[in-house]
Amino acid sequence: MDFSLTKKQEMLKKLSEQFAVNELEPVAAEVDESHTFPEENFKKMAELGFTGIGVSRQYGGSEGGTLEKVIAVSEFAKVCMSSAAILSIHLIAPQAISRYGTEEQKKKYLPRLTRGGELGAFALTEPDAGSDAGSARTTAIFDRETNEYVLNGTKCFISGGSRAGVVIVFALTDPSKGTRGMSAIIVEKGTPGFTVGKVENKMGLGGSETAELIFEDCRVPAANFLGKEGQGFKIAMQALDGARIGVGAQAMGVAEAAVDLSVKYANERVQFGKPIAALQGIQWYIADMATKTEAAKALVYHAAYLADSGQPFTKMAAMCKLNASENARFVTNLALQIHGGYGYMKEYPLERMYRDAKITEIYEGTSEIHKVVIAREVMR
Amino acid sequence: MNFALTEEQKKIQEKARAFAERELASGAQERDLSEEFPMYLIKKLGEEGLIGLQFPKEYGGQGKDYLSFILVVEELSKVDSAFGIAYAISSTFTTGIYLFGNDAQKKHCMPRLFRGDALGCFALTEPDAGSDAGSAKTTAVREGDHYIINGTKCFITNSAVADYCMLIVNTDLSKGSKGLTAFLVDLKTTPGVRIGHIENKCGIKSAKVAEVIFENAVIPADRMLGQEGKGFRYALTALDAGRLGVAAQGLGLAQAAFDITKEYMKQRKQFGKPICANQYPAFKMADLETEIDMARLLLYKGVWKQQEGMNFSVDASKAKLACTNVAMKVTTECIQNMGGAGYMREQNVERMFRDAKITQIYEGTNEIQRLIISGNIFK
Repeated sequence: MDFSLTKKQEMLKKLSEQFAVNELEPVAAEVDESHTFPEENFKKMAELGFTGIGVSRQYGGSEGGTLEKVIAVSEFAKVCMSSAAILSIHLIAPQAISRYGTEEQKKKYLPRLTRGGELGAFALTEPDAGSDAGSARTTAIFDRETNEYVLNGTKCFISGGSRAGVVIVFALTDPSKGTRGMSAIIVEKGTPGFTVGKVENKMGLGGSETAELIFEDCRVPAANFLGKEGQGFKIAMQALDGARIGVGAQAMGVAEAAVDLSVKYANERVQFGKPIAALQGIQWYIADMATKTEAAKALVYHAAYLADSGQPFTKMAAMCKLNASENARFVTNLALQIHGGYGYMKEYPLERMYRDAKITEIYEGTSEIHKVVIAREVMR
Repeated sequence: MNFALTEEQKKIQEKARAFAERELASGAQERDLSEEFPMYLIKKLGEEGLIGLQFPKEYGGQGKDYLSFILVVEELSKVDSAFGIAYAISSTFTTGIYLFGNDAQKKHCMPRLFRGDALGCFALTEPDAGSDAGSAKTTAVREGDHYIINGTKCFITNSAVADYCMLIVNTDLSKGSKGLTAFLVDLKTTPGVRIGHIENKCGIKSAKVAEVIFENAVIPADRMLGQEGKGFRYALTALDAGRLGVAAQGLGLAQAAFDITKEYMKQRKQFGKPICANQYPAFKMADLETEIDMARLLLYKGVWKQQEGMNFSVDASKAKLACTNVAMKVTTECIQNMGGAGYMREQNVERMFRDAKITQIYEGTNEIQRLIISGNIFK
């Protein structure tokens, strides 16, 4: 066993932390309040190679794997959950293209999605297919005459969907077969028939736009077909396994930051003639928060290790996401409580962290879906 | 024992519910964004006869019991808890004036408040005196027929829109909390009083929480409440009653989030069946309803003791602790049971979640409630 990071990973951690503190943190509150995508910072993420994590260098990527993603995403999450979510969710598209794409697709899309600074998105959820993703109704019917797929349907709650240059859309190429008739298709922004519908007004994560994507007779060349026909649901589920570790990293980062802020505040805030850190009630809150956060971190790292060493990791990805997200909500709630009235005000980051933490229990599969996955894996 | 509401209480509850649905529901989301306090709705509430229910008729009240008031807070908070708390805090002010003020002081503000023409607030907290409220450092120095007040109060709910304030200041710093004295202050017309920073909050956005700054503010000596040096005791007594109000706000939030989620779970289908047909989330709802019922009983018991003239201080703390914790738990779990939809503003539950958090903090953090309850256990 070895719990240490390599030199290279240590350097990435330092770079991520510096970038987070210098670039992300100063605009974090504003990005959230104004519901503005942090355009400039996303460009800088691309320049520094963050958006190409897990992608081969020959296509503009930065190499690395799941652990590298965890390092960058968790450092971002310490100061700006919107930015962490943007990176974490963006990475799904280039990584899926790396894995399932043809040489031609890799050459065409990966440089754009990495150094090129284009945002990627992943469109699976539909209004009537949330946790029950397999019941998605969007269709992609092949037109022999033009050698195109014709997409029809509506996707919803798609993070980054409103500004992504490249969207991986899951649609039924054979509606009679259910999930086995589902395929993955790369759709570019600006394709006729592809429009952005409603942009959601959310409780938190203001900087990460969540939108409805509408496809009306949207024609996509057959060359954009990702993987094999009928392989879509499998591609989606595999991508989600990796994405869940990304959410685990977001949740772990925000929790770590909440613990640190609480320790700092408890040492500074004087009531009854002494710092509140001297009170046992506060000390034990912090003891619980720190312990649970370390445990969450260990599970996230373990899932990343399994993924990076080529072992099955579906169960561990689900466990780490379930645990880290519940912990993030638990810890941010107590951290806000320790800050008292100040914690509730926007001058402090706690209330934002608290609102942001809640979504980690919901997206990329709700906690409930994770229990379904875990139970299936454990009880077979 | 009797767990039923009286006919009169039921009528008040129905009236408050109708008012909330008619007047508050349509604008609640908008006010959460605009952060504007709807003073005109306080006026309407006064016209309905729903303000000052629990105070005697001679001051413009209606001589009803305290539970009637609590039921109104609960109903208003179900629909717009920022409005519910503004109403409840104004009543905390009135309780202080009613219990410790003289006849002239009561007549000065109570009839106007009950008509819905004015709002009250309660100013104890200071930047360095939160949970440790006894260490408040705002001072009042007597000069002839007046007191000169200097200092800053913070996190004062309603202050930016209120006309009246029950102000706790120190008239003798050498005595610590025994030097604290209470005053009735006309916020809008007293020279030297101004509203400072208006807070930008996570929730209860339309309730105006602000700093109140006193710079050589001149207050007539006859505005002192009761006796000098008794201010801390008066404040704690008013807070006991106030805590029952915050508990009712929490209870309203919990019940409303529960009701919305219940309907959602009946309608939303995944995997070919409504969500409520899944045992896990259904059991979670069973737990939540049980906890809501327990919290409600604890609150009503505290209210009953208050009405019977019994010591209800610890009961108020327990009710506040239970009802606000249940508010946080229920709103959290309800968002979860609604999935992504729960996280979006349209469904209102996310607003209730944000509103619920403050109930665990103000009118004494829940840690202070535990301090009171454990202090009583081990006295």
